[in-house]
Amino acid sequence: MKEELFVSGRDIPNIDPYLNIWHWQIPLYLFLGGLAAGILFFAGYYTILRKEKEMEATVKWAPFLAPFALVLGLFALFLDLKHKLYFWQLYTTVRFTSPMSWGAWTLMLITPISFIWAASYIKEVFPKWDWKFDVLNRFEAYIIKNRKGIAWIMMILAVILGVYTGILLSAFNARPLWNTSILGPLFLVSGLSTGLAAIMLMSKSKYERKVVSRLDLIMIAVELFLIIHLFMGFLAASEVQVEAAALFLGGDFTAVFWIFVIFLGLVFPAVLEVLELRGYHIPVWIPAVLILIGGLVFRFVMVEAGQITRFLY
Amino acid sequence: MAIDTTKCVGCGDCVVACQTENNVPHGYCRDWIVENVAGTYPNVEIELRSERCNHCDNAPCVRCCPTGASHIVEGGIVMVTHEECIGCGACIESCPYDARYSHPEGYVDKCTFCKHRIDNGQLPACVEVCPTKCLYFGDLDDPNSDVSKALQNRKWKVLAPEAGTKPQLYFLT
Ligand code: SF4
Ligand code: SF4
Repeated sequence: MKEELFVSGRDIPNIDPYLNIWHWQIPLYLFLGGLAAGILFFAGYYTILRKEKEMEATVKWAPFLAPFALVLGLFALFLDLKHKLYFWQLYTTVRFTSPMSWGAWTLMLITPISFIWAASYIKEVFPKWDWKFDVLNRFEAYIIKNRKGIAWIMMILAVILGVYTGILLSAFNARPLWNTSILGPLFLVSGLSTGLAAIMLMSKSKYERKVVSRLDLIMIAVELFLIIHLFMGFLAASEVQVEAAALFLGGDFTAVFWIFVIFLGLVFPAVLEVLELRGYHIPVWIPAVLILIGGLVFRFVMVEAGQITRFLY
Repeated sequence: MAIDTTKCVGCGDCVVACQTENNVPHGYCRDWIVENVAGTYPNVEIELRSERCNHCDNAPCVRCCPTGASHIVEGGIVMVTHEECIGCGACIESCPYDARYSHPEGYVDKCTFCKHRIDNGQLPACVEVCPTKCLYFGDLDDPNSDVSKALQNRKWKVLAPEAGTKPQLYFLT
């Protein structure tokens, strides 16, 4: 039987024929959030393990990127708001049912911590740095003394932030492509992997790069595993989700997803990392940059494709 | 609200009445007409539906709103407080019926069941103006209301119940 739908009297900007309310700002925000979460997670982790000496880039240098990523990310989120003058309303209530709300609060907590963390290492990067005020010096001493405690808080908040970047999407049951609980862990792992890529780019020690590459290989394996599960779940679900999966299995997003996200963003860098670990000489920036680009494209694809999928009635 | 799809002729008066009553900006609308054509010629069947926000009982738009701008008022109407809305778009993403839109002024807007009219004892503009009287409005908990009476002894459906939002627009078929 043939069935056709005509909608008259309706052609709303950014909603018809396809929903397109979230543009580039949201995927960029999710990417930067995931990146910062990855960096801060491993900085905290290796501080707790007392490996500051061996893992210098992880603990000290890469975290300098995190505050920038977070502030840029928050700025992207701000740009997305259409009623900007009222943005402070976001911080007048906490709504646990709204990921947008608790995510914004998590960012409000982790951003200052990332600044404090970076500041506490600033003297090691710029030995001539002077805080000018005595209070700041005393505050710095206090932070350095309590680094381990802060590392724990940072690690936990980083996990929440990483999962949040996925849950922000998966909480919308109106968009079948997003409505799967795998998105939380998937975005977390992808964020950790982009964080590791950033660390790889900054590290100068051979030992550290080796550790980071190995970890990254694990992350990539988990990511691929989760993506396979994602599709298996979709294909075994209701019609709307089968159609969502079809966007990637022959539909409009097939090429960009399989080439840029899966092959260039995950499989190829993994092969390069294996070769590197085997002793071949491969410039580290190649896999690292590929992973970062793959992570960014992944979020763009998910946000855009998700808005196309919908319930049929 | 109940909509009699067998009476509706798809004239679009409800759409225009709403746009006028609520000052909906040009190019936008809070309600719209869907023509569902099924079958192959000559066995064709058409269902006409005047659609709008379903004022869902389990409204995802209210759940995901980070500021509380989207809320349910007494009686079940889902409303948006413009001064609290930051325009994040979360509620637009969350609505399976695409019933919301981003107003050019920044906030999110949608059908209010003409709450300002109901408070004055009037009917929503679309219900008032419908030439075939196919829209029924009232309190679903009150067995004597227009809408409850319209639903009695008739077959009805709701749209996309599988989305789980408990929509409150009933389409008589
Ligand atoms: S139809 Fe959409 S906007 Fe209206 S209450 Fe339901 S989810 Fe919210
Ligand atoms: S756009 Fe406005 S009403 Fe919608 S979720 Fe955001 S703050 Fe709430």
